[in-house]
Amino acid sequence: MAEVKLKDVAKAYGEVKVLSHINLEIQSGELVVFVGPSGCGKSTLLRMIAGLEKITAGTLSIDGQVVNDIPPAQRGIAMVFQSYALYPHMTVRDNMTFALKIAKKSKAEIEAAVTKAARILQLTPYLDRLPKALSGGQRQRVAIGRSIVRDPKVYLFDEPLSNLDAALRVATRIEIAQLKESMPDSTMIYVTHDQVEAMTLANRIVVLAGGGISQVGTPLELYETPANTFVAQFIGSPAMNIFKGQITGTGAETRLRVPSGVEITSSVPSPAHLMGAEVEIGVRPEDLTVARGNELAFLDFEVEFTEKLGELTVLYTKPQEGGNPMIAKLPGIVFVDRGSVMHLTAAPNKVHVFHEGTSLHYL
Amino acid sequence: MNPLMQGIVTIFVGVGGCVAYFYLSNLVLDKVIFPAKGRHIGRNINRANKWRPWLFLFPAIFVLGLYLVYPVIGSLVRSMYNRSGDGFIGLGNYSTLLASPDFRTAFFNNLLWVVVVPAGSTFFGLLAAQLTDRLSWGNIAKSLIFMPMAISFVGASLIWKFVYAVDADIGLINALRAALFGSDPVDVLQIPFWNNFFLMMILIWIQTGFAMVILSAALRGIPEDTIEAAIIDGANPLEIFFQIKVPQIMPTLVVVWTTITVGTLKIFDIVYAMTGGNFGTDILPSYMMSFMFRDDGRATAVAFVIMLVVLPVMIWNIMQSRKEMR
Ligand SMILES: Nc1ncnc2c1ncn2[C@@H]1O[C@H](COP(=O)(O)OP(=O)(O)O)[C@@H](O)[C@H]1O
Ligand SMILES: [Mg+2]
Repeated sequence: MAEVKLKDVAKAYGEVKVLSHINLEIQSGELVVFVGPSGCGKSTLLRMIAGLEKITAGTLSIDGQVVNDIPPAQRGIAMVFQSYALYPHMTVRDNMTFALKIAKKSKAEIEAAVTKAARILQLTPYLDRLPKALSGGQRQRVAIGRSIVRDPKVYLFDEPLSNLDAALRVATRIEIAQLKESMPDSTMIYVTHDQVEAMTLANRIVVLAGGGISQVGTPLELYETPANTFVAQFIGSPAMNIFKGQITGTGAETRLRVPSGVEITSSVPSPAHLMGAEVEIGVRPEDLTVARGNELAFLDFEVEFTEKLGELTVLYTKPQEGGNPMIAKLPGIVFVDRGSVMHLTAAPNKVHVFHEGTSLHYL
Repeated sequence: MNPLMQGIVTIFVGVGGCVAYFYLSNLVLDKVIFPAKGRHIGRNINRANKWRPWLFLFPAIFVLGLYLVYPVIGSLVRSMYNRSGDGFIGLGNYSTLLASPDFRTAFFNNLLWVVVVPAGSTFFGLLAAQLTDRLSWGNIAKSLIFMPMAISFVGASLIWKFVYAVDADIGLINALRAALFGSDPVDVLQIPFWNNFFLMMILIWIQTGFAMVILSAALRGIPEDTIEAAIIDGANPLEIFFQIKVPQIMPTLVVVWTTITVGTLKIFDIVYAMTGGNFGTDILPSYMMSFMFRDDGRATAVAFVIMLVVLPVMIWNIMQSRKEMR
């Protein structure tokens, strides 16, 4: 039960500014995911909340109390590290009880906490083993157990699944989701670079890029109305197609001319002063459909490569001027020859428009 | 023949001899003993291959036997003969040793050395490794602490003779005594019992550098995140050091400890150069030296006792370093 507030938080290593102007309020009981490309400062931000890194500027408060200068152990947080960080010389039980012993808790209290955590995480049979005698998934559960026994106000996870293989990652992801459900009051902050993890776990996602927060929102908000081209391309897989266009009509709907010369409509409203502006148009691969009957095709899609996955087919063009190919995701199995041209279209409410990188939604 | 020629000839004879040995011995095995022809061709080939490893192992086994096993057995035999080496007296030398108070003093002193020196060196080494870890000038400090490793034991003894000199103008200890208490100089090497510790100090001074270098590498090898996890768990620096760091480098600590123990058991030079084993500072190797060439039977008996004492430490040491490698 705790809210976490960051006000104008910044981090610099000497001259190098890693993060700046981080403003964020995390509600009590929320699971917030920090997501972003490698090296964007997710771990740094999390470690500042944990107290492992000094906060260069700004204030961090947990439960209304400013904790900038309070040591980690007194912040009421627990952290699960990417590499588990288990104490290799201690049994599972000792790993989980170390913090309680340091805090001089009573034997009975410690025993009760371990028994409960072990039951939740199905670790009871392994309590007397050393970490090296456990599988990766079990080690990760011990690391989580070490947090649970302390009953912290805020749980911090730094890419906890990235050392697991694909199948185990999905299973553990579900376990973490269930764990969160069983502890509705605890606040969790979860760092990942994997947007699927972010989408499936988060109440809210914080997208970090370029040393700041790019967008904060629920998973569906980020998917449906990305604030800028970065978020648009980061959330969703494969990434959103983006191509140039020009505004030819403004108002409650926007008219756009695409490179092929065709004019299309987007349901995003636009202000009058953007009339004639050069913009970027974004359409997700899964929103592209084959134009039928009198539907207006606006994308002549020259197929270079296809991937047939059974439930759907992914089509690629040659790389565009930006370096990335256009991608279309069509349901079912689609047979097309390389080099053949498909005429694709998209519904107006699926057409995103960005002016100088920012979505018209957020102007 | 000039030395250069001699060297060249030796190299050719040595390398040629090796090649010839391996070639000819294999030839004999394949053509003469188990020829790959005739009625038992399959069986012969199998047998030849079973024997072949031993052909390759033989030179090493032979040399090890000649230079290691034979001397051990030879010493054991010699220790059972009298002074002139012509009369067999069984365990006579050993019972004489046990009855001798000098031997018992040397044995007891040696035990002291074996306990104090490894403990002191490892303790100071660990302390130095931990304290210099995050220091900007840590590497300079480490080099200084490591420097004595490069000094021979006799050289180190000479340096410490100055430290212990019975003259407040030369000896550091007596200078301190004079400055602090105005006391007259004493010869610390003649203070019964405690003089042993002044000698041990020299070896600790030498070995601390060794312990520090190895332990410093081990400390660096501890995963940083286990320490961060302990910080979050609320451990203070002392708890982190003793409950998280030290247990994780325990195998290395044991190897350092036993390596220094083995080295300590072989020390002779320091005692010989500092006191010559007088004033009750004898240890087994210097005690042995006092009999060498006078009563080889007794000297080899002492040597054998030393070996028996070193052996278990040695075995433990090897077991630990193997465990660490795994
Ligand atoms: N101790 C440090 N000194 C200097 N730069 C650092 C240090 N730690 C991290 N950085 C830099 O901070 C940036 C963010 O790192 P990090 O938070 O680990 O990224 P992420 O977890 O998002 O992959 C990186 O560019 C990294 O190079
Ligand atoms: Mg990271």
